[in-house]
Amino acid sequence: MQLSRDALLKAYRQMKTIRAFENRLHDEIALGEIAGFTHLYAGQEACAVGVCEHLGPKDYIISTHRGHGHCIAKGCDVVDMMKELYGSREGLCKGRGGSMHIADVNVGMLGANGIVGAGAPIAVGAGISAKATGHVSIAFSGDGACNQGTTFEAMNMAVVLKVPVIFVYENNHYSEHTGVDYAVGADSILDRAGAFGMKTFRADGTDFFAVYETMREVIEYCRTTKLPAAVELDTERYFGHFEGDPQRYRGPGELDRIREERDCLKTFREKVTEAKLLDGADIDAVDAEVEALIDRAVAEAKAAEKPKPEHVLEDVYISY
Amino acid sequence: MAIKMIREAILETIDAEMARDESVIMLGEDIVGGNGAPGGPEAIGGIWSTSTGLWAKYGPDRVIDTPISESAIIGAASGAALTGKRAIAEIMFADFIGVCMDQIWNQVAKFRYMFGGKSTCPIVIRMVYGAGFNAAAQHSQSIHAMVTAMPGLKVVMPSTPADAKGLLTQAIRDDDPVIFLEHKALYAVKGDVPDGEYLIPFGHARHVTQGDDITLLATGMMVGFAEKAAKQLAEDGIGCDIIDLRTTSPLDEEAILDSVERTGRLLIVDESPPRCSLATDLSAIVANKAFASLRAPIEMVTAPHTPVPFARELESAYLPSPDKIVTAATRLMSYKRG
Repeated sequence: MQLSRDALLKAYRQMKTIRAFENRLHDEIALGEIAGFTHLYAGQEACAVGVCEHLGPKDYIISTHRGHGHCIAKGCDVVDMMKELYGSREGLCKGRGGSMHIADVNVGMLGANGIVGAGAPIAVGAGISAKATGHVSIAFSGDGACNQGTTFEAMNMAVVLKVPVIFVYENNHYSEHTGVDYAVGADSILDRAGAFGMKTFRADGTDFFAVYETMREVIEYCRTTKLPAAVELDTERYFGHFEGDPQRYRGPGELDRIREERDCLKTFREKVTEAKLLDGADIDAVDAEVEALIDRAVAEAKAAEKPKPEHVLEDVYISY
Repeated sequence: MAIKMIREAILETIDAEMARDESVIMLGEDIVGGNGAPGGPEAIGGIWSTSTGLWAKYGPDRVIDTPISESAIIGAASGAALTGKRAIAEIMFADFIGVCMDQIWNQVAKFRYMFGGKSTCPIVIRMVYGAGFNAAAQHSQSIHAMVTAMPGLKVVMPSTPADAKGLLTQAIRDDDPVIFLEHKALYAVKGDVPDGEYLIPFGHARHVTQGDDITLLATGMMVGFAEKAAKQLAEDGIGCDIIDLRTTSPLDEEAILDSVERTGRLLIVDESPPRCSLATDLSAIVANKAFASLRAPIEMVTAPHTPVPFARELESAYLPSPDKIVTAATRLMSYKRG
């Protein structure tokens, strides 16, 4: 199905926003501007956006420690996210979550998560809610989380309970600093998911159109049957596991090669300009708009109110 | 008012809340039982008889029989609770908290705080705990200390059928995550249960007996042990002020301190081992806030620093008992400053 010009521009804007957000964080972290542990999503943008462009506010997603991209794709406010990462009281989570716990339940984003593999069981519960209203729940996991027992439990539970949960495995080939060929005992993440009794799908996670068209089919299937499914998206991670990771485990020239040959933004640009769906000027305009948004987000985040010591006590309970 | 067992009070409370609010769902292993077996659904009806008949009444979308997957049970319950349901998760034995600790400790307890107060997760995690059935080291433990230590959770330990009803109703309607601990040896205990709607707010201890000599703090099965001991001590003219904490988080500090300020002596009975425990926590609070009132060192009757053993003789040696409470109380009364 042909995407409208607006839909194409929106998808590109989402991917570009994630890239610019992450690139800027990479720089700001190096300058010592941002505290804590941060895991950047740059390189994987086509996955989050190719999935979330099909979702509405009543569909739920849960993310991972590498969660900024999923947040942006699901509609979290970018300025509020930046404020959160700067530890501001005005941040999306009032400066109490930070990078690994950034969330906005109001837009159906049930949180980044500092515990690898913790999201999939929670996504099953969101799927119980989604099932009643004809929506779906998405558990984003990496190739590391696919080895956690919680993920196995969640897949089996989703099949047994017949819940429309989609387990999206973004395979960026590295579980932290360890290669996927070592850490995943089976030949394929997807074959293992299929063995739990669910339908499986595969797409090139560096090609927005491949992800988007595959997810159209997956989501239609899950909404109609109210059954789970698993998707493996083959993708690339540009930065290290965490910011500061020297990536010594990479092969010679590997990072240059994936940036040259597997960049989802470049691929998008080539495809839409060759097909004359958008021209270069359209894309350049989005780039400029997004860079200005990120500049503004950083400026506002730096100026935003910091929490006071007494705020440490807030929101542990609703009433106590 | 009607006489009921604790397990009946729990079943009837869940039933009443499911009837009242269709967002209430229940999940757990064998809470239906018999699914996929020749006997068919409800062949068991919950191994503790606390869910019997609910599946037939409310259907499989609300009474959800799960595989043996404690992490996924808590995760599914919390995910549903984050997205509009009120979820009751049953963990068949509290000892299995080891399997699902991440979902309780790192997820459920912390969502609201981490998410800047923008989420609610109304989940009740019912866990069956306690010794007394020779079920040994992995099916007998009292795990209240570890969950009481977790900010973000409320922890409830009913000891009577009336309290089971009032506290469970409050737990299901509460918007914060609640750990609801049901002692397996108390399920058949009978008592008066109020008819109709009955809620007990958290953080309000129950004054079980009045006495002027010793403050006796207890929870769960230890409350009955304390009552037995108090009867014996009364024959020697020693009056016990027994306080059933009902909830360990929030804690009714006021009731504890008021009593200690009156009696000047504190004896804590705790079914769990002594280190970093409820007993040591209560001791620290009293030592810190009512030091001047104390006429003797605080006494604690607890399990020893061992796993729960199997053999009858060993389990008896492990558990606090009315006799052990009497011995400690007598020692407390005879204390003289050197």
